[in-house]
Amino acid sequence: MEPLNALVSVSNFMLVPALAYGSQLALGALGITLIFSILRFAHFAHGDTMALGTAAVIGGTWFLQAQGVSIAPLPTALLAIPFGVLVLGLYLLAADRFVYRYYRKVKAKPMIFVMASLGVMFVTNGITRLFMGVGETRFEDGQRFVFTVREFRDWTGLAEGMALRSAQAITIVTALVVMVALFWFLNRTRAGKSMRAYSDNEDLALLSGINPERVVFITWVITAILLVLAGTLYGLDKGFRPFNYFQLLLPMFAAAILGGLGSPLGAIVGAYVVAFAEMGITFAWRRVFGYLMPEGLEPSSMMQLLPVDYKFAVTFAILVIVLLFRPTGIFKGKVL
Amino acid sequence: MAEPFLIGEAMTGGYGGADILHDCTIAVEKGQIAVIVGPNGAGKSTGMKAIFGMLKLRLGSVRLNGEDITSLTPQARVAKGMGFVPQTNNIFPSMTVEENLEMGAFIRRDDIRGTMEQIYELFPILRDKRRQAAGELSGGQRQQVAVGRALMTQPSVLMLDEPTAGVSPIVMDELFDRIIEIARTGISILMVEQNARQALEIADKGYVLVQGANRYTDTGAALLADPDVRKSFLGG
Repeated sequence: MEPLNALVSVSNFMLVPALAYGSQLALGALGITLIFSILRFAHFAHGDTMALGTAAVIGGTWFLQAQGVSIAPLPTALLAIPFGVLVLGLYLLAADRFVYRYYRKVKAKPMIFVMASLGVMFVTNGITRLFMGVGETRFEDGQRFVFTVREFRDWTGLAEGMALRSAQAITIVTALVVMVALFWFLNRTRAGKSMRAYSDNEDLALLSGINPERVVFITWVITAILLVLAGTLYGLDKGFRPFNYFQLLLPMFAAAILGGLGSPLGAIVGAYVVAFAEMGITFAWRRVFGYLMPEGLEPSSMMQLLPVDYKFAVTFAILVIVLLFRPTGIFKGKVL
Repeated sequence: MAEPFLIGEAMTGGYGGADILHDCTIAVEKGQIAVIVGPNGAGKSTGMKAIFGMLKLRLGSVRLNGEDITSLTPQARVAKGMGFVPQTNNIFPSMTVEENLEMGAFIRRDDIRGTMEQIYELFPILRDKRRQAAGELSGGQRQQVAVGRALMTQPSVLMLDEPTAGVSPIVMDELFDRIIEIARTGISILMVEQNARQALEIADKGYVLVQGANRYTDTGAALLADPDVRKSFLGG
């Protein structure tokens, strides 16, 4: 029995990637939960606007690379994030101005908003593909690993190796910083509190002199920041492909609903639960159990509950189970 | 006769369709308590909302301190010194008591700590619960939060829409005591009440509305003594 090797193996192939993936989902799910609690609709264009923001970052990265700008060992894309936020921020505000604001004015039902956001989703999707094509774009540069499998093995002397990719490390650290900053903003600043007040009780917020258009503006700006960060980090980690970003809609919504719609903390917890469930259930545990089981009892099969292709089925199952048995989610959010 | 501090004069209007208010006049003097009572559907809350600008008047005007404010939005009226406590949904449930008060003072850019201190003195229980989510408080405490929130702008008129709805009789007495205290600081109070008898006891002026029109208008004590009012509206 070699528990240490088992731990390293499971960390390398499951825990660290899931932590990074969960962090990316969390940033996205936070946006969903914010939009849901403030604009009161399920933002279906979330995945595709994320792709558009990331496309802008990639464009910015190419420009910077052509200018010879580099912040090695960190990826150049990090420098292009403000540009991505600017582009996506303007795009989302334009979408709000030309699409959602009208429905807000006529006090449309949430389902109408959802359908409108579906339309925005298709348009955004088209724009992104126009610029980026449908194939995969890799834009990661700088140092690729914080430490490699070989370095880890030499360093610890264990049979099993482990690598930490820069993209993963950056993702986890960034997500942590952004979450802390977001909570600080929502709980400590005047603007943040006015957003929570508006989410809690729209009419009373109006009576208190809170300007709803301003709250909506701030919400879209924060959403743009969260989306560009989530999209860039996901792209650095796994490459950029518009269709993959569209598909992220499911796990992001599952995370927000599982955590409890409207609860930022819930979105984060939900995102990690979804990420670990997706990875855990589609992970081949053979190696890990090989180290854990007594000699002669090592598993002969892959010990994989579902093939990786079915990871979205896991998320979908989580979503269905939550909606059936606890529609308010872990942190007692609102019901969709 | 001098013009009352706040007056909604000859108000006629409704929510679009048929008129609910018919030539209805409601006024309150500086530092006094005016109470609107009447049967269900008499337009009590509507009258108050009309004064606060939450429904469009077809005829009539609203004047605050001599200034015509008929065309102002409710938000602009808050800036002019009117505070309004809605009957329901009058707090931010997921925010703490202190944050509720802060949001009440959202339009103020100066130091609000003094006002908050005054409110904690008026409602000591709120000080103990200031870090607690307002939605977790009891009905009476929530009403205190709601009144406190409206007082944060340091209004000259406080309008209360059935402040004692759904609270126990003991809490109701307590709330009325606090309302008298608020009036003593020079704030005019305009209040709609279901508990007509108790409300008229503390009222300087009472308005009995029936079907959106003034039926009786007099001092609280006189209305309580009036046999017709007693028979029709106070249960004998």
